[in-house]
Amino acid sequence: MTEDAIQAQGLSKWFGDGPSRKRAVSDVSLSAGFGEMLYIVGPSGSGKTTLLSMISGILRPDQGSVVVEGIDVWKLGDDRLADFRLRTVGFVFQDFHLFPRLTTLENVAIPLILRRHPWDEAMAEARRVLDVVGLGTHAELPPGKLSGGEQQRVAIARAVVSAPDVLIFDEPTASLDGDTGRKIVEFVKQRVLTAHRSVLIVTHDSRIFEYADRIVEMEDGRIVNIAKGVQRA
Amino acid sequence: MGDHVRGILKIAYKLLVNDRGKFTALLMGITFAVFLMIQVTSMFAGMMMKASATVANTGARVWVMDRAVNNVAGSIPLPDYVLDAVRSMPGVRYAVPFFSGGALARLRDGTYQAVTVIGLDDTSLYGRPLLVQGRIEDIYAENGFIVVADEELPKLGNPGIGAEFEINDHRGVIVGLAKVSASGLFGIPTLYTTLSRAIQYIPSMRYTMSYVLVEPTSAAAMPRIKEAVGALGYVALTEREFIDRITVFYKYRTGMGMNILIMTIISFIVGLSISGQTFYTFTLENLDRFGALKAIGAKRRELVSMILFQAGVTAAAGYGLGIGLCASLIALAKLRMPDYASVITFANLGIALGMVLVIAAVSSYIAVRKVLKIEPFEIFRS
Repeated sequence: MTEDAIQAQGLSKWFGDGPSRKRAVSDVSLSAGFGEMLYIVGPSGSGKTTLLSMISGILRPDQGSVVVEGIDVWKLGDDRLADFRLRTVGFVFQDFHLFPRLTTLENVAIPLILRRHPWDEAMAEARRVLDVVGLGTHAELPPGKLSGGEQQRVAIARAVVSAPDVLIFDEPTASLDGDTGRKIVEFVKQRVLTAHRSVLIVTHDSRIFEYADRIVEMEDGRIVNIAKGVQRA
Repeated sequence: MGDHVRGILKIAYKLLVNDRGKFTALLMGITFAVFLMIQVTSMFAGMMMKASATVANTGARVWVMDRAVNNVAGSIPLPDYVLDAVRSMPGVRYAVPFFSGGALARLRDGTYQAVTVIGLDDTSLYGRPLLVQGRIEDIYAENGFIVVADEELPKLGNPGIGAEFEINDHRGVIVGLAKVSASGLFGIPTLYTTLSRAIQYIPSMRYTMSYVLVEPTSAAAMPRIKEAVGALGYVALTEREFIDRITVFYKYRTGMGMNILIMTIISFIVGLSISGQTFYTFTLENLDRFGALKAIGAKRRELVSMILFQAGVTAAAGYGLGIGLCASLIALAKLRMPDYASVITFANLGIALGMVLVIAAVSSYIAVRKVLKIEPFEIFRS
């Protein structure tokens, strides 16, 4: 780890109006370095997903700022914010959100298509990344024909295909059995995390804590503890 | 179109057509709506074409008639001085009398058949049809009639040259068979003869001339002719104006137009309901993926273009299929029923296209609103 890839300062977010107004995240500051695998953990409703959304340029904070690679994310206009997410952040959603009517290959190529790559070039790159995640032979299948673990790897391939510097995982093991979940995170640690990339993972699956470099623990919208992760031998 | 846009639209296309069930339902909705809209309006157009058949077949540039006339069959006889007056008007190259009336023809087997009798100016035979059998000069022969060889001919027992019949106890002989561009609306055979014979055979009121047909010296002369005819208390209409007047009559004074309008609106509503609902469901089903695309970095205009493209593809395909289906069924119907009154005009196609575009616009508007409203954050929260 050389420098901070992400710097979040004093982030706060409220939801609702009037009497039902509730603070989801309260004055949270956080940083993540390149080459770091950072976990955000905590019980449901602790604000970890909200925090991750604000960091990744998806949810505008009510207070505070997020700087990613020197870009003040929340000072960007709508189109530039979308561009920021497209070029800098890779997302792996809890339910994968793959398009069932597209092939696995086409699903992976979507970020490249959005980044204005020609179709054939995008497909060639997507195929290369699918090979990396071990699914090269499944390229022409629809995601529905794949197992949960395979779909997770397709989602990872889609997230990394455009080589973003920040990767965001939302509950990556929630839809997987324990063994598959561990294999996925191990794969991310070994093949996806690089010295030029930081990985943020929201989870409450303690079985994968061992892969974290740091674990940020949240409760009631605040960070209550930041601990070093435990590397597996 | 850049590679980028092509790529996004390709994705949109695949999302659409790979969902075969919904795509089929969407296509069926629009196809059915287009089919109904074109079918109904083409029936009307067909009927209007038949209603104006005499005008179109005669080919006169200007028709002079009583002000109260609103369709060819309902002519009000004109006094002879109108013909003389029109002939003397500036801008008139020539003017001829024209007779159109109905009669009952007694056939050789003793049965009666209603016929339309067209009486042509004896001197010029202006407005005569194109003969497919016989010679036009034989119309001057004793009792000579030319019969139109259209789908109504069998009603006269498919007469050939020399066939005889009677009209009001006068003998008639077929001396020629003609073809015309359109048959009449009421399924009645048409006979052509000279004006003098027509008047002789068919009992008339005091006045005998149905119309005066005019050839103006130039198009620029038309306003002067109209004005002069108007001063006489009559009206001069161009061929187009007369056809429009007939159309207006059937459209607004017979209830036919309202029925057609209601049927067209029902077709539109059916199409809109099926397509709108299906497209909405289709978008709803993909909503979280659109949200994911938004999270990944798709811009609003890209998502909108995807939805509009999907709606456009469906509309275009449904429009084409609807036209094809309608044209096929009309062709089939005409094989079985030659006098089936239905014709697809550019106006029909235009109306259907306009309505399909409205269906696509409404459907995609609902979908676009839904997609633009979804927050990528919801994808995380789900």
